[in-house]
Amino acid sequence: MFDIQSFYEAKSVEDAIRALSQDEKAQVISGGTDVLIRVREGKDAGCSLVSIQKIPELKGVELTDSGDIKIGAATAFSHITNDPLIQKYLPMLGEAADTVGGPQIRNVATIGGNICNGATSADSASTMWTLDAELVLEGPEGERIVPISQFYTGPGRTVRDRREICKYFLIRKENFEGWHGVYKKYGKRRAMEIATLGCAVRVKLSEDKTRIEDGRLGYGVAGPTPLRCRKAEAVLKGSRVGDMEAVERFVETALTEVNPRSSWRASKEFRIQLIGELARRALKEAVERGGGIMNA
Amino acid sequence: MLKIVHMTVNGTWRELAVDERESLLDTLRNRLGLTSVKKGCEVGECGACTVLVDGEAVDSCIYLTMWAEGRSIMTVEGLKGPNGELSPIQKAFVEEAAVQCGFCTPGLIMSAVEIVGTGKKYNRDELRKLISGHLCRCTGYEKILDAMERIVEEVYRTVNEEQT
Ligand SMILES: Cc1cc2nc3c(=O)[nH]c(=O)nc-3n(C[C@H](O)[C@H](O)[C@H](O)COP(=O)(O)OP(=O)(O)OC[C@H]3O[C@@H](n4cnc5c(N)ncnc54)[C@H](O)[C@@H]3O)c2cc1C
Ligand code: FES
Ligand code: FES
Repeated sequence: MFDIQSFYEAKSVEDAIRALSQDEKAQVISGGTDVLIRVREGKDAGCSLVSIQKIPELKGVELTDSGDIKIGAATAFSHITNDPLIQKYLPMLGEAADTVGGPQIRNVATIGGNICNGATSADSASTMWTLDAELVLEGPEGERIVPISQFYTGPGRTVRDRREICKYFLIRKENFEGWHGVYKKYGKRRAMEIATLGCAVRVKLSEDKTRIEDGRLGYGVAGPTPLRCRKAEAVLKGSRVGDMEAVERFVETALTEVNPRSSWRASKEFRIQLIGELARRALKEAVERGGGIMNA
Repeated sequence: MLKIVHMTVNGTWRELAVDERESLLDTLRNRLGLTSVKKGCEVGECGACTVLVDGEAVDSCIYLTMWAEGRSIMTVEGLKGPNGELSPIQKAFVEEAAVQCGFCTPGLIMSAVEIVGTGKKYNRDELRKLISGHLCRCTGYEKILDAMERIVEEVYRTVNEEQT
């Protein structure tokens, strides 16, 4: 038996917001793979749960008329990985989703839960940062759109009001069309492991594949929240593919933008090592995916 | 508070009164006597409690029974043939000596049902990843992978023979 006050299955987004507004101790539950663990640990014991599992509009991936991608917040990770639109336009996100926990967790755990939970280790977060994903939230005061770069306020903390539901993520065409990317997760085990460090790199190459027209670098566990290294990105921008000095400047700059700490999983020093090395590896693979040759 | 929930369990439509705070694991074991579903860690780490919900493997220890409303649940009890015979997946586990104490076995069998159901062929490395949500303290996994390889191969062959 879970130590919860009550359980309510919301019939719609409006119904969920109403239920959350009526009970101060109520929180959203989607796949429950974070919430139910916290209840078991006693941290969230006694809370009321408002479930959004049976609201069809929160699930699935769609291409909008303008060519952007909408990902329902309650879409489970295995459904993201297996989705044809994700495989075609955002394979990197499908791969990042496929590193979460194990198969049974991925059948239940949702992308909305992963982001809204606010953990720096969330495996989908760094990729979502490099995609400039936008969160569409709805609460008692209506709908608002929050760019992911403005969503996090600290470890496990976000700008989301307790009564707000994340309905979907919007990823705009200009952030994936012509881009290629790779997510690298480092953990002690190859599965069922929270990331010691996660690194997401995306690149857009020139037509002739000799220049990096634009680049993005995102991390998980390199600071209290997932983050982007915008100065490092500026260093990369316009550099020649295969310019190893540029790559080293890119890595050095990234190291000035992160703020890792020691935890029982790894020391700060080891994380710094990983921050550099994973960026190098992810960049190389991302360029190769884009058709460029890195060690030319 | 007791609530009514409707679900299909191993092919039979059920109406049950359950506590809304219950995990599917507790409902299946304590109310329906389906003790193939094992209680291990109760936090989604070990996979001993794995069942299929609408054909997908989930850890029933962190799945609320209320979510099963209208859904179809399958446990190892649902695999047995009309005369109580073992399913081909279970036979593969027995014949490849993939069972020692047996605590992890029902969960692994249910994941195998999901994996085999895709009709795809997987190599050993892929299978290793597909069973990574299960802990086994006895076998060292090699025999389990032998059984999985065998059953995936058998099903793949049958499916392709049927198509040609
Ligand atoms: C065994 C195990 C292994 C795990 N391994 C990993 C791993 O490798 N990598 C990883 O990143 N995570 C891992 N996790 C953590 C967890 O599975 C993920 O964070 C998952 O994505 C959470 O999604 P959920 O739907 O289960 O969230 P829930 O537990 O339902 O919710 C999480 C939080 O988000 C809020 N929330 C959820 N959905 C919404 C929404 N639509 N709108 C507003 N608020 C919402 C909830 O109120 C809650 O605060 C693991 C968990 C377990 C139990
Ligand atoms: S008992 Fe459910 S995963 Fe261990
Ligand atoms: S056979 Fe004993 S735990 Fe797997």
